[in-house]
Amino acid sequence: MELKKKDFISDQENKWCPGCGDYAILSSAQMAMAKLGVEPHNVCVISGIGCSSRFPYYVESFGMHSIHGRAPAVATGVKLQNPDLSVWVITGDGDGLSIGGNHLAHILRRNLDLNVILFNNEIYGLTKGQYSPTSRKGTKTSSTPTGSIDRVFSPAKFAMGAGATFFARTIDTDPKHMLETFQAASAHKGTSLVEVYQNCIIFNDGIHDEFTNRKKRDDTTVRLEAGKPMIFGADKDRGLIQDGFQFKEVPVAGNEDKLFIHDPTDECLSSILANLNGSNGPIPLGVLKSIETETYDEEFHKLINHETKVKGKGSIKDLLHSGNTWEVN
Amino acid sequence: MKNIEHIVVRFSGDSGDGMQITGTQFSSTTAQMGNDFATFPDFPAEIRAPQGTVAGVSGFQVHFGAIEINTPGDEPDLLVAMNPAALKANIDDLSTGATIIINKDAFTELGFKKAGYGMDPLEDLSGYNVIEAYITTQTKEALKDLDLDTKSKARCKNFYALGMTYFMFSRELDPTLLWLKDKFGNKPAILEANSLALKAGYNYAETIEATAEVYRVKSASIEKGTYRQISGNTALAWGFIAASEKSGLDLFLGSYPITPASDILHELAKHKNFGVKTFQAEDEMAAICSAVGASYTGALSLTTSSGPGIALKSEALNLAVMLELPLVVVDVQRGGPSTGLPTKTEQADLNMAMYGRNGESPMIVLAAKSPSDCFNMAYEAARLSVEHMTPVMLLTDGYIANGATPWRIPDMDTEFKTITPRFVTDKDLEGGFLPYKRDAQNLVRKWAVPGMKGFTHRVGGLEKENETGNVSYDPANHELMVGIRAKKVEAVVNHIPEQLVEGNTDAKTLVVSWGGTYGSVHQAVSDFRNVAHIHMQYLSPMPKNIESILNNYEKVIVCELNCGQLKDLLNSKFSINAQGYNKVQGKPFMVRELMGMLEKEV
Repeated sequence: MELKKKDFISDQENKWCPGCGDYAILSSAQMAMAKLGVEPHNVCVISGIGCSSRFPYYVESFGMHSIHGRAPAVATGVKLQNPDLSVWVITGDGDGLSIGGNHLAHILRRNLDLNVILFNNEIYGLTKGQYSPTSRKGTKTSSTPTGSIDRVFSPAKFAMGAGATFFARTIDTDPKHMLETFQAASAHKGTSLVEVYQNCIIFNDGIHDEFTNRKKRDDTTVRLEAGKPMIFGADKDRGLIQDGFQFKEVPVAGNEDKLFIHDPTDECLSSILANLNGSNGPIPLGVLKSIETETYDEEFHKLINHETKVKGKGSIKDLLHSGNTWEVN
Repeated sequence: MKNIEHIVVRFSGDSGDGMQITGTQFSSTTAQMGNDFATFPDFPAEIRAPQGTVAGVSGFQVHFGAIEINTPGDEPDLLVAMNPAALKANIDDLSTGATIIINKDAFTELGFKKAGYGMDPLEDLSGYNVIEAYITTQTKEALKDLDLDTKSKARCKNFYALGMTYFMFSRELDPTLLWLKDKFGNKPAILEANSLALKAGYNYAETIEATAEVYRVKSASIEKGTYRQISGNTALAWGFIAASEKSGLDLFLGSYPITPASDILHELAKHKNFGVKTFQAEDEMAAICSAVGASYTGALSLTTSSGPGIALKSEALNLAVMLELPLVVVDVQRGGPSTGLPTKTEQADLNMAMYGRNGESPMIVLAAKSPSDCFNMAYEAARLSVEHMTPVMLLTDGYIANGATPWRIPDMDTEFKTITPRFVTDKDLEGGFLPYKRDAQNLVRKWAVPGMKGFTHRVGGLEKENETGNVSYDPANHELMVGIRAKKVEAVVNHIPEQLVEGNTDAKTLVVSWGGTYGSVHQAVSDFRNVAHIHMQYLSPMPKNIESILNNYEKVIVCELNCGQLKDLLNSKFSINAQGYNKVQGKPFMVRELMGMLEKEV
């Protein structure tokens, strides 16, 4: 039976604000789940707290709206108990990078086979508009009336530092790109982190406009495709070449053979891409990094199977009588 | 040879002197010779505090006898002091006329200074039977022909001292020699050195006729059966494995290392071939959250910690209360508040277990009473949690977690109740699946696990509508759900045993205790004779007959290692006027303290 997006739409009333970027992300994720071909009862969506974390209620699958920042830890328990499930973690810039930063770091380094979608709107929405770890310096909010003084937290650099095996970035204004990115994430064996530039229409409207607006984004972002040169611009006339440990922007004309070819398995390249922030070159969209290595859940069960094979299936009776025992008559 | 009924031996030395191994070996041998016993390891929080200082003293006490042994003993009859600091730390605890084995090599000017003695303390030990031996020198001498460096030879001195005590109490050498063989089979030099040191110590004690009399402690007359030695933390780990096997559920432990609970993680990590899944998480919150995730996915889930860690877990614990999923949380209590006394015992987390969560959040709270009882209560915690779809807090403490006793191995087929998980069946799909529909009697919802076709549903920490489990902010529904969750926990009372009254039930005074103090309170009550005693293992809900028992006595004295937490709970719950007998020194009750209190109060 071919699965459709509607198979993943629950009967719950959606309570996100009208015009919220979350709707588009939900829709693309449901589409990606359908295309994955895993039946709804074998899908489990785990979230933390925040606007984005209402997500599981709207997906027809098993799901848990857990507690603030802890979704990666809950998902770890789910995946270790049943590695056959398709597990999705939904988090935001506050949930995933502030209160839950530790858990996100550790799930990335452990590399469990699951997908994490991080909705980045650079603001705390559900608590009514305080600045977040990804807010730009000087952001004026209710808790920073004279502007924030914190330096910005970059999800991409965080992921590289934590040893993530997969990192991608997409935008809520491009359903096709989101779908492709989510599909790439779910195809990846290991923890895949996808950052989505998401618009909060109430508290931070237009914050990503420069990179997500249809009219501007082609000039401010570069779409990465493995094995293809890094070309961007509305007229596809600008490209990136290597310049020491940086990229340099050049016209495509005359530089065709020097343009950098994207290779998501090159960790050095991924780190340079993670550094691009819009002020020092276009923001990279798509898969910045994707490397294959053992997954934690695979190793975890390998150990259990190995021990069971070597020692035989344990029995409590034998355990109780193991070692030194003595009879009292 | 003199027969005695029971005796207390304490081994004491530097953290690096191997006193824990020495004590464990002494108890293991004693167990195999048929004595009843109880042990009390007492070590500093620092792994290696400055050598020779009182802060670095590590001790291991064994109480063994031909009679029933309920505690590790109040006062050592024999102290092995490997250095002046060990003497200083323990001298005030000794019984009058006790024997002290002194390692004379360590009793130097420098040693006195490090221990904080102004003069040679040996000059002031009149009234004790002091045996001075150059233990380090003699160990090195005994090993002189071995191809080992001097440092490694000197390290065997604990086995020399152990050998001396084996002679004094007519212990057999074989159990320890076999243990050494097992442990150092692949390190023949170390094996030979320790074996030789043990024998040399034994022979030395025999040669000098180490004590006026060689003691023999006959086998104890205890219940028939096959016995083994077990510590509280091991018993606890095995109790959960037993529950896993009996229930047919996988056991999942999410844990973060913390003293004195880490040994449970270590023990369970060894038993992967039972299908046991152990996950060392990045922190206490992740530990419990992984357990919640595994529980949602159908495992018998467990998280283990001590006070500071439990404090960190409270938010996730409440998630489990709200989700109505099985989860066992073990709190191996230690001295608090904050980091407190990591290696010392206390019972001051009862209030946290009862009330330490936001909102109206009732939970089952149990407490184990002895090292071997940890097995039973772990099993019981798992049974109640799984069958009632609710988290359970199980309290133990550092004293019973690390202490060991002989244990009659139970018959798993006949001595334990079954555990029946409440999984959904296809019948639950009729008329549409309702994740929070409950059975009328126990108000327990059913367990629908990811992967079960037709049962997709979402759960979360937000208040849920009755039956559907959908998010609901309806005021009347919230009150209804708060009531249902409370009544569900109250209904557990029909599935736990009634409270047993021990001691002299006709007396006018009732002594109440709970948790790890059972041994000393039971001993004091037995010796005193004129009081009744209840020892509570079920603290929430309490057994049905608790109120009538409490009202049956003129005077109620609650003995606990805190400032009166159970006393306050009983007084407020049952409007009685119980008084407290409390101690918060990081140490267990001594029988003589309790006797003194009873003589004054009764």
